[in-house]
Amino acid sequence: MKAIRRIGGALWDGGLWALTLLFLANIAGVILAVLVNSFATRWFGTWLPAGFTARWYAAAWDEFQLGYLVTVTMEVVFAVVGIAILLGVPAGYALARRDFPGKRAVMLLFLLPLLVPPITYGIPLATVLYQLRLGGTMTGVILANLVPTVPFVILVMTPFIEQIDPRLEAAARVLGAGTGRVFLHILVPLLAPGILAAGLLVLVRTIAMFELTFLTAGPDSQTLVVALYYSVFAAGVRAGQSVDAMAVTYMVTTLVWLIIALRFVNPTQLVTRVKEQPRMA
Amino acid sequence: MAAVETNPPGRSRSDAWSAAKTAGADRTLMLLVPGALVVILLFIYPFLYGLLLSFAPKAGSVFANYRTFFTTPRLRDTIATTLWIAVPATLVNVGLALPIAYRMRRNSRWQRLLTALLVIPITLGTVLVAEGLLTYLGPQGWFNRTLIDLGLASAPVRLTHNYWGVVLSLVITGFPFAFLLVLSYITGIDPALAQAAATLGAGPAARFRHIYLPLLAPGLAIALCLSFVQAFSVFPSAVLLGAPAGPTRVISIAAYQAAFEDYDYAMASAIAMVMGAVQLVIVAAILALRGVFYRGPAAGGKG
Repeated sequence: MKAIRRIGGALWDGGLWALTLLFLANIAGVILAVLVNSFATRWFGTWLPAGFTARWYAAAWDEFQLGYLVTVTMEVVFAVVGIAILLGVPAGYALARRDFPGKRAVMLLFLLPLLVPPITYGIPLATVLYQLRLGGTMTGVILANLVPTVPFVILVMTPFIEQIDPRLEAAARVLGAGTGRVFLHILVPLLAPGILAAGLLVLVRTIAMFELTFLTAGPDSQTLVVALYYSVFAAGVRAGQSVDAMAVTYMVTTLVWLIIALRFVNPTQLVTRVKEQPRMA
Repeated sequence: MAAVETNPPGRSRSDAWSAAKTAGADRTLMLLVPGALVVILLFIYPFLYGLLLSFAPKAGSVFANYRTFFTTPRLRDTIATTLWIAVPATLVNVGLALPIAYRMRRNSRWQRLLTALLVIPITLGTVLVAEGLLTYLGPQGWFNRTLIDLGLASAPVRLTHNYWGVVLSLVITGFPFAFLLVLSYITGIDPALAQAAATLGAGPAARFRHIYLPLLAPGLAIALCLSFVQAFSVFPSAVLLGAPAGPTRVISIAAYQAAFEDYDYAMASAIAMVMGAVQLVIVAAILALRGVFYRGPAAGGKG
């Protein structure tokens, strides 16, 4: 009886491992297919291309104005990270430190943009931005990307702020520091690891944010991921290898920042948007 | 807050501290204003604006947009089409995530490696995964070559530009998401509870059934909700990997076309509102089901 149970357990374990490895193998296949194709001279009906070349990168650089796209992407992303941190950290501080009537409603207000998918609220948001003549501009793209990122910074920051002893701020206040100075000289240095983590998470998420940027961007305010969508959409206009060279550029841009981010944050933080309510002491 | 009051007398607040705290209280709350304004002006206002706009159609009565939506098969059927893609994808993603995350619940080198690897497809996003899958799953791609070489298929299986391409892309990006979410809930459960059960003679299956599953129910419900909502709002892969004119014409494609191809923002808003309403109904149903299967404190196992 015990032996049967042990064999069953081993089979179950083996099955789970096999499924996991199969999944990882398929992901590797998807990524390698893009990478190999971007260096291929001709690839048809064989396991590997007939030969390898780097010329598609030069072609893609000219055809898609990759340099310009990377610049726009970085401008949008850094503006979003900066503004989201500037607005989100103080709000996270107020939520972590103060109890006030209507606090649950404010928490819900900040949770909603993370729970509703971007394409659902992106269409009315794009409508409003186009009426304000901000649609199709870089300002519009940055504004739209603030909607999920400011609440995200608040959620990531709250536990960091709760760890800081409120007596440190009280001491500074007793010594005559105002809110601004308490922030600058006490909280910012102590919160640096949290701010770094939140900033990197927002950065990675914003580079990959397709829906909101797609709905609000014009021809000069496209980010890499939106330009990639358009070039895959218009498949056949350009060589597939050239599109994949652009995809690799996007992939490298994203993964470099992901690797930097993973040095400072836990991978689960990228998806765990719903934090448990901080328990009231 | 209460803890401060019940502190031993030696650590109680000084008068200066309490004075400083009251002086700073109002200004501290002001710090919420800029962040809240972003959400109110760029999320709540557009939503309400869209809701009102959906009742102000280009032509016809107040409900004309909704009437058009529900009487035009090409529009109405997008709900069923999207559910037909999103529900199986969600069930597969959470169904696979639960046993694998449960197996990986102990903090090990494997857990860290797997989470780091699974974060890659999430980070790369649906557009890149769609482009990769077009090559990988295509008739000449590695997937079909492997199937043929293993003797599992005699001719290439068609997996792109149809239903399967979209479902597979949702699994590639959705499974890691569900896995990381479920894992974060499982690791939040104190293993001492299962150890106590084991001391009392509970086998592995009983420990899962009677300790972990009830504590996980709220987290699983949230994982199901978020996975479903994400799958239901599928857009880029339905266009790039699917057949956006027919079998994978999902509801977000209909909304996008109304807004950016017909320039009928009122109709587009109406479709977006229908999309939001369907998501809300399913989320409410999942949460209600959780109430049927599990009654008890919603708090996790720690503490």
